[in-house]
Amino acid sequence: MSNITDIRLKRDAGFIAEVEAASGQKLSTCYQCGNCTAGCPAGFAYDKQVNRIMRGAQLGLKDDVLNSRAIWMCLSCFTCSLRCPNNIDVAAIMETLRHMARKKNMVSVRKVEKFWFSFLNTVRAFGRSWEIGTMALYMLRSLRVFTDIDLAPEALKKQKLPFKPYVVPNGGAGAVGRIFKRYRERADREGVRP
Amino acid sequence: MRIGVFICHCGSNIAGTVDCTKVAEIAKKFPDVVYTAEPMYTCAEPGQTAMEDAIHEYRLDGVVVASCSPRMHEATFRRTVERAGLNRYMFEMANIREHVSWIGKEKDANTNKAAELVEIAVAKLRNNRPLTAKTFDVTKKVLIAGGGVAGIQSALDCADGGVPVILVERESTIGGKMAKLDKTFPTVDCSACILGPKMVDVAQHPNITLHAYSEIEDVSGYVGNFSVKIRKLATYVDWEKCTGCGVCSEKCPSKKTPDAFNEFTGTTTAVSISFPQAIPKKAVINARHCRQLTKGKCGVCAKFCPTGAIDYAMQDSIVTEEVGCIIAATGYDLMDWTVYREYGGGAYPDVITSLQYERLLSSSGPTGGHLIRPSDGGEPQNVVFVQCVGSRDKSIGRPQCSAFCCMYTAKQAVLTKEHLPESQSYVFYMDIRAPGKMYDEFTRRAMEEYGVEYIRGRVSAIYPDGLGQYVVMGSDTLLGEPVEIKADLVVLAVGIEAARGTRALAEKLRISYDKSGFFMESHVKLKPVETNTAGVFLAGVCQGAKDIPASVAQGSAAAAKVMALFARDKLENNPQIAFVDLRRCVGCGKCIRCCPFGAIKEKDIRGETKAQVIETVCQGCGLCTSTCPQGAAQLSHATDNQILAEVNALCR
Amino acid sequence: MNYAYYPGCSTQGASTDYEKSTRAVCAALGMNLVELPEWNCCGSTPAHAVDTELSAALCVRNLDIAARQESETLLTPCPSCLSNLKHAAKRMQNPEARARVNELLDNPAASEFPAVTSVMQGMAAHLDAKEIASRTRKSLSALTFAPYYGCLMSRPAEIMKFGDPENPTLMESLLTACSATVLDFPLKTACCGASYGIPERSMTARLSARILQLATDMKVDAIVVACPLCQMNLDLRQPQAEKAADTRFAMPVLYFTQALGLAFGFSPDTLGLEKLRVSADSLLRKLGTGAANAAGSR
Repeated sequence: MSNITDIRLKRDAGFIAEVEAASGQKLSTCYQCGNCTAGCPAGFAYDKQVNRIMRGAQLGLKDDVLNSRAIWMCLSCFTCSLRCPNNIDVAAIMETLRHMARKKNMVSVRKVEKFWFSFLNTVRAFGRSWEIGTMALYMLRSLRVFTDIDLAPEALKKQKLPFKPYVVPNGGAGAVGRIFKRYRERADREGVRP
Repeated sequence: MRIGVFICHCGSNIAGTVDCTKVAEIAKKFPDVVYTAEPMYTCAEPGQTAMEDAIHEYRLDGVVVASCSPRMHEATFRRTVERAGLNRYMFEMANIREHVSWIGKEKDANTNKAAELVEIAVAKLRNNRPLTAKTFDVTKKVLIAGGGVAGIQSALDCADGGVPVILVERESTIGGKMAKLDKTFPTVDCSACILGPKMVDVAQHPNITLHAYSEIEDVSGYVGNFSVKIRKLATYVDWEKCTGCGVCSEKCPSKKTPDAFNEFTGTTTAVSISFPQAIPKKAVINARHCRQLTKGKCGVCAKFCPTGAIDYAMQDSIVTEEVGCIIAATGYDLMDWTVYREYGGGAYPDVITSLQYERLLSSSGPTGGHLIRPSDGGEPQNVVFVQCVGSRDKSIGRPQCSAFCCMYTAKQAVLTKEHLPESQSYVFYMDIRAPGKMYDEFTRRAMEEYGVEYIRGRVSAIYPDGLGQYVVMGSDTLLGEPVEIKADLVVLAVGIEAARGTRALAEKLRISYDKSGFFMESHVKLKPVETNTAGVFLAGVCQGAKDIPASVAQGSAAAAKVMALFARDKLENNPQIAFVDLRRCVGCGKCIRCCPFGAIKEKDIRGETKAQVIETVCQGCGLCTSTCPQGAAQLSHATDNQILAEVNALCR
Repeated sequence: MNYAYYPGCSTQGASTDYEKSTRAVCAALGMNLVELPEWNCCGSTPAHAVDTELSAALCVRNLDIAARQESETLLTPCPSCLSNLKHAAKRMQNPEARARVNELLDNPAASEFPAVTSVMQGMAAHLDAKEIASRTRKSLSALTFAPYYGCLMSRPAEIMKFGDPENPTLMESLLTACSATVLDFPLKTACCGASYGIPERSMTARLSARILQLATDMKVDAIVVACPLCQMNLDLRQPQAEKAADTRFAMPVLYFTQALGLAFGFSPDTLGLEKLRVSADSLLRKLGTGAANAAGSR
């Protein structure tokens, strides 16, 4: 969103309350010093810097914030939270926004989410993550066939990547699969995107 | 008794949420109440006149005003009833504003509560007795704690007004923080050149006695008659003999002594005079670094001193001064910024404080005014200033603004350009606070004429790049981007806190301090110089962050308060003090032991030991009255009978 | 002494050298690591990025298994696993959250879990620096290290409890006990790019390059790490970082357990040094340790 001419019209008070409740943070304590932006290692990959996201959340500009690329590129390194002069857990707010965007299917950087699910699918299937499986699934989903192909010879030579997944024995894999199943069912019940 | 009750509307402050008419109606039914009124503003002139008229017309002998806090207007109304011929203590106040209308929204509940408070006041008033103040002599002499610019101003104003001044300074020289500054904003004039003459005036003024290198040990007494014990710290140099020639310092072999005056940017000798314009210009031995005092071997300074002033055996000594008033002007220190690990926590030699930078800029500093990097002595090309380090930072418990950093940072950036024309300065700021006269114009000039780059954003981290420079990770919130600058030198505008030892001094002076340790003024707006202890006044940053002009103004204001007080030959005591009912007193002495002011003594009355209150010393705190097992010690104007009457009125 | 042990998936795949060296060093210190039976993946970043309760449930299944072991402490070498396990344990203290996490599990979780801590802290608690020093067979005095913790090990401070979140120093105390020179590495808690190596390679390359560049400029012999993902980004992906920075680093990146293992006299083979993409030969030569041929080459 670019032309925010009437802040009152764009403000969504419910959104402010929702972010505050889910993150446990009080948005009005931000005084826009920019320390979060200054220390953010991923800022160069953002469309809007962290302090801009904080400002948007503070004003209740829901679409503006949830559609941003930044919330998907956040590394959850907690540098912003650690150094915020107002003790705001900014990383928790970024994660809250990411969850909210996902649930509403407002995913502006699909490849990041695709990578997450590629990873989680191997966990769901075997109980543990499996690097080659994650890579293969991700290539399939993202149609980025040559992802990290430059690393393959070295990784294979050093036997860093097992060809076969490890399946958690004695029903362990099944137990993990059921966690995912219940998670999905509950999301359906609650009408949110899992 | 004939009591009049005035229910003040205070505009809509009270009447907005209290039914004043109803309160007045209820009050009419209280015993002895013969008159009620509901003035719009009781404290205004018509309100006071109406009260006086009512006292005459209805022959009132006691008055209750239900209005604001007694802290606001009790004194006002006491004078009003006195003008109408009543004793000033035949007056009571019910606080129905701060305690009722401002805090409650329900009108019915508020009205009930207001009526109850009035009832309590009436009940007490019916037990009041006229009280008369005693007069006592005043010692017309002032003690000033702290010889920075505020204390110096107070001292000179008092001394010029004919008041003898005892000036106590903890360091070996007066001048305070201002003496360490190179130049001052917004005129960029030399700090030493404008402060120096005032320091010399202090030294030369016949009315000023200076105790440098001394601390306040103990304070007793009361307004008009304080007794202050001053600990004169051992200097190991007899100042009567020392001429300030500096030979001792030249010859001292202990040349690696940390130089506190230069904010540890350089070293000095174990025996030294802190700086060339020092007042008094006398040498002091730093006992921790003196070879003679630590190892018992050396004695070089004693050998070379032309006047034989060196005295390794010197001990601290105590002098006592009797004064009528005290001005606290103890100033500030920088907070311990090393809590900022993300800025290196003090480990990086070229990340320094603004006060250290002043010493590097100053021609009397360790580099002779040559601006260099502490690490390698090279001239810095890129200088980065970081503001609000230890200010406006709740995460380290310092939410307050330090008030003058914005301005001195602009000044330092300007001076940097003047010292090194090829250099480039950057200032990371959150807001530019420049509300003083010619201040904003000055910061504009820093940007427009000196090319200082102002970047709006806080700095997240500073670290050495391994190649001799420092990476400053900041952000430009106006640009909406992170910003990185490679700096040769980083100057932190470190926030201030009350000077070390402030809390201990506050306890000696029996004055309050706030969360940050700054002394509390009596009223934030209307009594910024007074404290809640009569005869103790405040000047300068010890009361809160302020710049030089404001400190000087407050220094003069404190002097004016002292001179106004000394304009009277005798002072009246507050008669709301303790007295002992001799018939009940059993002479157990508990009151004597618990009194924090030493205001009760034993007295032999017809062969029996009794307690007796020294009226001029008693502060009316009431400790003795609650300690006395016999109920013999009573507080005038808050006797057991008066308090019980209030309780009965409420619980009936 | 027995310790319940949660290795984490990385140590079974890309980081078997971390696992080998951790086991070797712990054994040398008298710490017996008892692997949790049937442990599962903690969900890593993807799980908590998708849903906090899903992440917690995956972790709690492990914590619940740990609660049935005899050990009072659960050790894990991986900071990401550690962070997830600790966050999950904290979340379970809230009754509402606990109920929602339990809904996802086969059986409600135990009411109390053993304390979870890093292998590094476990070592330091097990033996003090003096005792560790006494086990050193080969002084590391010829080597200069940059200690690198990554972003997760010390943050958030109130959950991770790893000392000063800006400036943890535990690794330094272990390495200096082995006489290594350990520099004050300013980017020791900076982020390497974490799991974005796959979906957003340029990000990881750029962030890792920054760390590798500083270590290079500070002229260290190696970066020493405690995190499998950091190690992968700095070592296996080092060519990507070199490309991003248009330079060449050739900077060895060791696990702290590998560095300690060298001091304890283990062979490069025992410590899995051959798994390193950037060879540790230069270090072995400085130490005068043979079997340089066992280490990797590029």
